Amino acid sequence: MFPELNSILNSTPDSFKSSDFILVSDRRADASFLIHHHLSFYLRAGCKVCFLGLVQSFSHYSAVGQRLGVSLAQAREKGQLVFLEGLKNSIGVILQEDTSQETQPLSYLRTPGAGLEGLFRFVESSVRQSGDGDAGESWGPPVLLIDDLSVLLSLGVSVGAILDFTLYCKATVCSELQGNMVILVRCEEEDADDDEEGSNLLQRGLVHQCNLALHVEGLPTGYCRDIHGQMEVWWRQEGETICNRRKIFHFKVHDKGASFFARGTSSAVL
Amino acid sequence: MAAPVRGMIGSTSIGNTTSFQKKTRSKLVSIPGTRPSVQNGQLLVSSGVSSLDYVIGGGLAVGTLLLVEEDHYDSYSRMLLKYFLAEGVVCGHELFLASARDHPDDIMQELPSPIVDDVAGMKISEGQSQPSDPENPDTMKIAWRYQNQPKVQTALASSVRFGHYYDVSKTMEPELRQAAKCHSFYQLQETPVVTASSPLPSPYHSLLKSIQTVIRKEGFDGSTPQSKVRNVLRLGLHSLGSVLWGDDVCCKDNPAHCHALTTFLYILRGLLRTSLSVAMVTVPSHLTQNRAVMGRIIRLSDTAIALESFKGSEKETNPLYKDYHGLLHVRQLPRLNCLSCEVPDTKDLAFKLKRKQFTIEHCSFWPGYHSNLHSSKEKMYQRLPFKMSRCESQV
Repeated sequence: MFPELNSILNSTPDSFKSSDFILVSDRRADASFLIHHHLSFYLRAGCKVCFLGLVQSFSHYSAVGQRLGVSLAQAREKGQLVFLEGLKNSIGVILQEDTSQETQPLSYLRTPGAGLEGLFRFVESSVRQSGDGDAGESWGPPVLLIDDLSVLLSLGVSVGAILDFTLYCKATVCSELQGNMVILVRCEEEDADDDEEGSNLLQRGLVHQCNLALHVEGLPTGYCRDIHGQMEVWWRQEGETICNRRKIFHFKVHDKGASFFARGTSSAVL
Repeated sequence: MAAPVRGMIGSTSIGNTTSFQKKTRSKLVSIPGTRPSVQNGQLLVSSGVSSLDYVIGGGLAVGTLLLVEEDHYDSYSRMLLKYFLAEGVVCGHELFLASARDHPDDIMQELPSPIVDDVAGMKISEGQSQPSDPENPDTMKIAWRYQNQPKVQTALASSVRFGHYYDVSKTMEPELRQAAKCHSFYQLQETPVVTASSPLPSPYHSLLKSIQTVIRKEGFDGSTPQSKVRNVLRLGLHSLGSVLWGDDVCCKDNPAHCHALTTFLYILRGLLRTSLSVAMVTVPSHLTQNRAVMGRIIRLSDTAIALESFKGSEKETNPLYKDYHGLLHVRQLPRLNCLSCEVPDTKDLAFKLKRKQFTIEHCSFWPGYHSNLHSSKEKMYQRLPFKMSRCESQV
């Protein structure tokens, strides 16, 4: 959890907006540090978290989580965290042609054209389990975290199927269960030739659906060792206000967190 | 998993040549030819080129994938692959080589030979290594020209060093090469298997199956009992994405199998993360029409570099580049088990293949300014943490 980011977004683990769809995207940069922030944030807040880890192993998130002060292994044991190991389980699906029940969420690997229904059923069953009350521990509102959604494009799933999946998830998690969603999407260059099935199309579709968009890019002036990039925060306003709020910050990622500052106020410059 | 491997109890630290030891509660497995990373305790292996190890953050982390975008004539990328395999032979790692154009045995026969005075430091018995100490007055004086030769020319015992130097004008001795265990996969000799249910075309599917079989059989995924000594598997995959692999991503604008290579890399990533292996893949990226696909391929790998050679381009006669053979672009550096990644000093790097060294240097537009990134063999690596903390933002 990054304290500076909490003050920028005006949220703390004790009081945060519910039914929120947060989109984290990047273009030629790496925004995965924001996923680690949200993971530790919601675990600290006591929410039931469903994490689809499609590109890294559980030990990676666990090691970073330890530096940020949360123990993912403990959370998984207690039932607070449901983690889908995308990498490990996909080997079985493709190479052994495993068709058992456990690999149903990853059915898109076998038939990419068929869509993501299996994955949605997995998400639905994970977030609805909070009402069981069998162990006595009741968690807060459910949270769905996905890292990262654009890898599904590399595996052959169409943009339309992915947007359908996020709509279903939003309807279930945000509207019905008053929970939150945080999705990471990684994009290409803006002027890519084929915009038909690109990640740019996916990102535009998701920005249309989300409430809060965090976009990470490199600095427009070039590479710098001390400022790792810029982050654009965009809030969708409900109500009568016409204009949407948009702010740009520079950031630097450390070992145990990230610091955010207004443009031009990096400690290297001042 | 790419995390530091929880070690066997009582392992002696014969694999560590640096005196810096990161304080971790778990003992790292000591496999010859590996060392823990300074930044995050990852187990690193050398890529065979010491200056490349420096550029990518100390070495290749076990469990990760290095992507090399080939230069136009595939000369320097093939050289890097040979360095990678030669380093595996010298360190005693197991090798897996897959290629579609040249037979893997031909590639193995072209491996550069390690430079002799480095090899003399190798263990020549099963016991602890005894490096020759020329300053010790008690050692028997031998004529100076024979001082650096190994005393007994026996079968290869694993070298304890991290990173070696190679002489590209000579090929590796056959005895040295045959001492290493090498599995090969030659695409043109494989019988195509009809896999109707898999989204992967047959060559990639068979290659993945073959890799998985080797990992399981030799126990790199931890499935063998504790008594077997742990080792690292080095995978060298040459020219993936070219048409000889049955893939048309490099020859068509709208390929029929546009997701074949990316799906392959995704599954390979899964295999690497769950075993003690490291892979180097070369891709002829200059042939792909679609930049978006290259972007996805880079994001599916961990470390990605691109080689741009000057041969045949107008840069060959540019006086700025007269000392170099090409440019090296670092496309991506991995963030493994930590938030921050290795941030390089500069992104203007040029390489030159000399007979005994593949140098990578900062190539600046200022006349007369050349910094040798790799001045001395070991000292530089220990200097790394200090270099990173100093603020060098001023130009």
